[in-house]
Amino acid sequence: MTTPHAGWTDELARARLHFVTGKGGTGKTTLAAALGLALAREGRRVLLIEVEGRQGIAQLFDTEPLPYAEQRIAAVPGGGELRALHIDVEAALLEYFEMFYNLGFAGRTLRRMGAIEFATTLAPGLRDVLLTGKIKECVGRTESDGRHTYDAVVVDSPPTGRVVKFLDVTKALTDLAKTGPIRGQADGVVRLLHSGETAVHLATLLEEMPVRETVEAVAELDGADLRPGAVLVNRVRPPRLPARSVTAAADGRVDASRVRSGLASAGLKLADDTLDALVEETVEHAVRVAAEQRAREQLAEADLPTLELPDLTDGVDVAALYDLAEALTDQGVRL
Amino acid sequence: MTTIDIDALLDDPESRVIVCCGSGGVGKTTTAAALALRAAERGRQTVVLTIDPARRLAQALGLRELGNHPKQVQVEGFEPKGELWAMMLDMRRTFDDMVRVHAGPERAEQLLQNPFYQTISTSFSGTQEYMAMEKLGQLAATGEWDLIIVDTPPSRSALDFLDAPTRLSSALDGRMIRLLTGPAKAGGWGLRKVVNAGFSMFAKAVSTIIGGQLLTDASAFMQAFDSMFGGFRERARKTAELLRSSGTSFLVVAAPEPDALREASYFVERLSSESMPLAGLIANRTHPVLAKLSGGEALAAAESLQNAPLAEAVLRLHADRVSLAAREERLLARFTRAHPEVALARVPALAGDVHDLEGLREIGVKLAG
Repeated sequence: MTTPHAGWTDELARARLHFVTGKGGTGKTTLAAALGLALAREGRRVLLIEVEGRQGIAQLFDTEPLPYAEQRIAAVPGGGELRALHIDVEAALLEYFEMFYNLGFAGRTLRRMGAIEFATTLAPGLRDVLLTGKIKECVGRTESDGRHTYDAVVVDSPPTGRVVKFLDVTKALTDLAKTGPIRGQADGVVRLLHSGETAVHLATLLEEMPVRETVEAVAELDGADLRPGAVLVNRVRPPRLPARSVTAAADGRVDASRVRSGLASAGLKLADDTLDALVEETVEHAVRVAAEQRAREQLAEADLPTLELPDLTDGVDVAALYDLAEALTDQGVRL
Repeated sequence: MTTIDIDALLDDPESRVIVCCGSGGVGKTTTAAALALRAAERGRQTVVLTIDPARRLAQALGLRELGNHPKQVQVEGFEPKGELWAMMLDMRRTFDDMVRVHAGPERAEQLLQNPFYQTISTSFSGTQEYMAMEKLGQLAATGEWDLIIVDTPPSRSALDFLDAPTRLSSALDGRMIRLLTGPAKAGGWGLRKVVNAGFSMFAKAVSTIIGGQLLTDASAFMQAFDSMFGGFRERARKTAELLRSSGTSFLVVAAPEPDALREASYFVERLSSESMPLAGLIANRTHPVLAKLSGGEALAAAESLQNAPLAEAVLRLHADRVSLAAREERLLARFTRAHPEVALARVPALAGDVHDLEGLREIGVKLAG
C-alpha cells in the first residue's frame, strides 16, 4: 500500500478550525479555498482567512483586494456561503487598543508614523498572537440564537517552515508582558489551537522537497502538541504507463518496435525521429512517475489521512475551485 | 520576443554581478549554480552565493556546512578554465561580523549579548535579505572574483531584498524607541504635539503588551547601536549603488505558472522603476513537445487502440504533454505581451533532480540555448 489512509476521518469532521500550510508553491491558498467551499456544502457558512497580507484569496476569486472585514466571496450550491477575511495586523492591534484604551484619532496618526510596525518589529511574537487572537474570535463568535456564526473557519496559513512558530502561541507569549489584555486572551487561543477542534492540514506536491518539508512539519507539529490533520496532495497527474512498465521505462528501456507496431495498428505511421521523440517523452514521463512513487512512499511515513487533488491543465480559475472542492467532497470532506 | 544571450552575459568581462531573483520554489538556486559552473568553465573566476540550497545540490558543490566564506569547488574530473567557488549564507554570522566591524570590540560584545539583538538578527523579516546583500557587498569589495552570482532568499515577496536594508534601518532608527521609553526627551518634534494626548496612552499600551523588560533591552540596544548606525547605512547605500551599476545584471527566474509569472511581472516593473539592469526572464522547467504529432491526433489514435497498452500510454502521455506545453506557452505569451522589452530564455525541465555537477552543466547548456 502506498497511501495508508485515504480520505477524511470522523475525527477531522469534528474540527471547526482548519489551518492549511505547505511549502511555497504547493498551492496552499488554492487548497484552503477549495476546502472552504467543500465544507460550506449543505447550507453551511464558512470563513476563509488570510494572514500573510498577500491578497492571494482576492486573486484566486478574481475580486478586488479584500478589506479588513468579513465579506461574502462565493455562494455554494445548497445554500452554503463562503466568506473571506484578510487580517491586517496593524488594524487588529488598533482594534485591541480601542477595546482597552481610548486612543481616538491618535491611533490613526500612530499608524501613519509606523509606530505599530515598530511595535510588531520589537516583538515578532506579537504579530502571531494578534493573528491567532482574531482567528479565535471568529471561531468562537455566536449569533443571537446562540449558534456559531461560522460552521467552520479555514486559514490560509504561513508556509511549513514558519507554521509551528505561528501556532505555538505559548512560545510567542514569552516576548510579551506577563499580564495585560492580550495575555489574558491568549490563554484561550492556546486552549483552542491544541484542542480537537483544530486541525493543521499540509499541502504538498509529489516532489522530493515538498514531501520532505511535509514530513518534517508533521514531526514538528507533533513535538509542539499541535494536531496534524490531512495531507492534501496537490496537482496529481494521471499515470499513463502500465505500472509494470514504469521501472524499465524510467531506466530508458522502452520497446520502440512495440510502440511502432501499436501505432501502426491505429493507422499512425510516424517518421523515425518522431517515434524517437515519443520514446523520449515516455522516458521522461516514467522518470517522473517513479519519482512520484518514491514521494508517496515517503509521505506514508507521516501516517496521516491523505487526499489527492488532480492537476488542472488549464490552470485554476473560480470554476476550477468548485471542481477541486468536489474532489475533496468525493474523498469524504465534511463537517 | 528576444532571447537572452547567456554566454555573452557570462563572457563579458564588464559583467561582474548577476543576481537571480524570483518567487520561492522556481529553481533560483539551481539556476545560479548552473550559471556559475558554466561561467567558470568558460574561464571566469566565479563565486556563487547561495541562500538555502537543497542538500544534494549543496553536496554537489562540496558545501557540507554553512561556512559563510567561499570555498573552491574541487571535484575529481572537474577542471574548469577559470575557477568555481561557492558559499552558503550564514545570516547570523554575517550580522555578527557586521556588528564587530562597526562597533569596536567592547561595544560589539555588549550588542551581541543583548536579547533584543538575538531577535533582530534571527527573526526580523528582511534580515536574511539584508545579510545576503551585505555579503554580496563584502565579496565584491575583496576583488578576488571577477564574477559574482547571487541567489536571493525565498521571500514572501521577491522584492524584499531591495527593501530590506531600508526597512531594518527604519526599525532600528531609534526615534520610536526614544519616544516609547521617554517621550519627553524626544521633544521639539512637531508631530509630538499633535499626538501628545494619545501618545502616552499608546506608549503605556505598548509596554503593557510587550513587556517592560523587552523595552529596556531594546532601548539599551538602540543606544549602543546608534553610533554604528551611520556605518550600516553607508554600507547599504554602497550595495544599492553596486546593484545599479552597469556591471550588474538581474535575471528573473520563474516557473511557467500563473503565480510565479505574476511575481516576475511585479519584479520586472520594480527593477525598471529603480533603474536596475534587467538581463531577462528565465522560464524555468518548461515542457516543450518533442514529437511532431498533434494532441488531437494522438488522442484519436489512443481511443482506437485495443490490446496495445504501451502504444496507448505513449499516445496519451504525449497528448498530456501537448496541452501542458500549450498552457505554458499561453502564460509566457501573456507575460511577453505585457513586457515586450524583456528577453526570454526557456529551460526545459530535467527528468530527475539535480544532484551533481553533470546535472548543473546540463542546465547550463539549456540556459545557453
